[in-house]
Amino acid sequence: MTSLEATDLSAVSKRHPDVFRSRPWKRYGPLMLILAVIGYSFYCWWFFSIGDALRKANTDIAGAYLADWISWEARPVIDIESDGAMTITFPRFSPLGSDPRPDWLEADREMRTRTITRDAPAVETKALNDKISNSFMVPDAKGTKPENGGATSFMAPGAPTGGNAAGETATVTETVREEVVSRAVVTFDSADRVEILPDQATVTRGDETLVIRLGPGENVSVDGPLPEWAEQKYEGRKVIARFGFAGRAEIDHDGVKVYKRFLGWENFVFDTNSAFWGKSFGEVMSMIVSGERVNPARSNLGQAWYDILYNAEWQHLDVWTKLLQTIIMAFVGTLFATVVAFPLAFIAARNITPNRLVNQLAKRFFDFQRSVDMLIWALFFTRAFGPGPLAGILAIFFTDTGTLGKLYSEALENIDDKQREGVRSVGAAPLLVQRFGVMPQVLPVFLSQSLYFWESNTRSATIIGAVGAGGIGLKLWEAMRTNQDWENVAYMVILILGVVYAFDGISNFLRSRLIGESAR
Amino acid sequence: MATVDNTTPLSEAGRVIETHWREMTSRRRLYTWGGLAVVLLALSGSLWFANETNAGKFFDRLPYFFDFFIDLAPRDALEPFRALFDLPSPYDDGSFKYNYPEGRVVLTSWLYVPEYFYKMLETLNIALLSTLIGFTFGFLLCFLAAKNLNSNRWLRGTVRRIMEFLRAFPEIVIAGFFVAILSIGPIPAIIAVSIHTVGALGKMFFEVVENADMKAEEGLRAVGASWVERVGYAIVPQVMPNFMSYFLLRLEINVRASTIIGAVGGGGIGEALRLSISRGHEAKTIAIIFLLFTTIVAVDQFSAWLRRRLVGDQAFDFGR
Repeated sequence: MTSLEATDLSAVSKRHPDVFRSRPWKRYGPLMLILAVIGYSFYCWWFFSIGDALRKANTDIAGAYLADWISWEARPVIDIESDGAMTITFPRFSPLGSDPRPDWLEADREMRTRTITRDAPAVETKALNDKISNSFMVPDAKGTKPENGGATSFMAPGAPTGGNAAGETATVTETVREEVVSRAVVTFDSADRVEILPDQATVTRGDETLVIRLGPGENVSVDGPLPEWAEQKYEGRKVIARFGFAGRAEIDHDGVKVYKRFLGWENFVFDTNSAFWGKSFGEVMSMIVSGERVNPARSNLGQAWYDILYNAEWQHLDVWTKLLQTIIMAFVGTLFATVVAFPLAFIAARNITPNRLVNQLAKRFFDFQRSVDMLIWALFFTRAFGPGPLAGILAIFFTDTGTLGKLYSEALENIDDKQREGVRSVGAAPLLVQRFGVMPQVLPVFLSQSLYFWESNTRSATIIGAVGAGGIGLKLWEAMRTNQDWENVAYMVILILGVVYAFDGISNFLRSRLIGESAR
Repeated sequence: MATVDNTTPLSEAGRVIETHWREMTSRRRLYTWGGLAVVLLALSGSLWFANETNAGKFFDRLPYFFDFFIDLAPRDALEPFRALFDLPSPYDDGSFKYNYPEGRVVLTSWLYVPEYFYKMLETLNIALLSTLIGFTFGFLLCFLAAKNLNSNRWLRGTVRRIMEFLRAFPEIVIAGFFVAILSIGPIPAIIAVSIHTVGALGKMFFEVVENADMKAEEGLRAVGASWVERVGYAIVPQVMPNFMSYFLLRLEINVRASTIIGAVGGGGIGEALRLSISRGHEAKTIAIIFLLFTTIVAVDQFSAWLRRRLVGDQAFDFGR
């Protein structure tokens, strides 16, 4: 190798100064580009008013929603009446079933004779604060507005006044003897608990203890300073004690609302309406094998299977059906696109069909198919065929005919001409020339590209599903809109990830078999 | 084709070869037909299932499909034009269908941006910003995921798994989650598309980096350059044209993606399209489709031209 001395180098650079002088664009180009990007970011900050949106962001909710992905809450309410009697109620459709007595909620119960005053024929119109069993909203055909959840239907319209002719505030005083709770203890963690007496709540967290006096009247007062895990927004009003992930308790003069969080998905297999609910695996198995029939119409095995499939909260059957729809949308859409794009690509390829006009027509057709977005096709076909996988299939089919056709025709234009010449030289008919001169070269590439799109469409199918084109996308979107079913979202996300990873693997495997390792 | 002489008897070796060849072709044919049969079976099953679970049945709805296209015809040929430029319509009866001027984004007393142009701009900005964010993070991560620059197997594997996860995670869930926190608007769409882009670009980038010529890097290593210097002076100049090309390709894809995300709650032109189709506003629908179509074609053409200038005639359309 010839080597140059430093003096030579400087001499060379002096003789050819224009070679070594860097042009301003080369020198300042990257810097300008970076500055432009930074400037653009500021513009976007203003354009989308990102700062404003971030300030308004509800970050408290974010944590709760994220926790909902992997956990659930039990929300008992301990009501304290004015005479000191307490009652424990769980919301309707509580994941703990009707009238639960969980072991983390100890209660001393006693029979007591009480005189109670209540509004005449009281109709419970308490709004449901727990989720309704059919919490997935009903998808409406046009995907515009969600139906109002079932909550209103529980309200009694115009409660009868019970024959009180005077028209005054109807109150009835009666004496009843009933079981009431005199003391309740909610255990959050081994060291964290709330003890509730009619006039006092004692919160223990770790080695700290907070005594909250309930009353007199509507006053809530705290002995000593508030620790940092407890909060009282207004003097004399409710105190919120937080226990981190384990939950929180809202302590007010007339009752304590408990939000206790458990890790895991509640009632994943059987819902509370099922006869198998709350039983261990062994118990369920013995019921199936030798138990008495729960439902005379079906064997226990059939009933258990039915209960799992139609689990009201998790809707396994529906979720899996929708997942299958998504897979099918991608599969059939890509397959049809392949089948249609295949012959058209031969027409579009310059070297196969020598007619320029026909080439251009086919190519512009591909461009049209591609450029009308998948979204537009999806909305069109949803309008035409109603929500469901047909719209998704057709949307994927139309878009990918364009994309695959373009790729195929490019592959065809890059083939080696020698094989065709060889086949033609022995006098083969034009169709046979394509079969033996062209196909062997391009088929692996074609198949590999189709497989790639099959895999990528599995992902796209989820998204276009949300605009009504069927599949799991719509279900996912509806579960998210209620803001209650994040655990269902997590369930579906896991299923989708599983499918995407599986198809990724299958497609990669097949492609590497088809065109060797280089395809990856 | 030339005929083959079948009459000449073959030698022993020739016969063996011929039987082997016959066996091979018949097995091959069996595989081909078997595979086709499986695919056809899966296809007919799938079609049956799709038709069964669809809200409307294919053949029942097919006649109405064309009705829908007839419904899409505007009242006169100028209506889509008026809808596109927010000009007053002669049919204006106060309903949403003909209230074109109400969407104007007023700049001064006489200058305005038509509603759909503004929304298209919003969608384009979502796409560009999220591609830039994705590019930035993909760029930072890809060197850690490349085998030739990072010899730590665990770190490399972790970075790759993270990218895979970001790529596979459904965009719509990210968008939905941030809609719940930030309320409806373009920011959830930006976050969702960006996160996906980080994964997608990161994967393409590290594959480019792994194919880079390592001689320059070796030279720098020989003179004792640090890892950052080696990457910055030896690898980045080589891979930058390809990175830019992938960036442009991703931009094309993201314009489409942000339209779709927009339709499910991210604002922009996608939402406008969904609303106008579902409410049956034919002139507005045609105007939006026309605008979307031209924009996508323009973005595609521009990016194809720029990519050709950057990396020559390498076909990069494949892979999204």
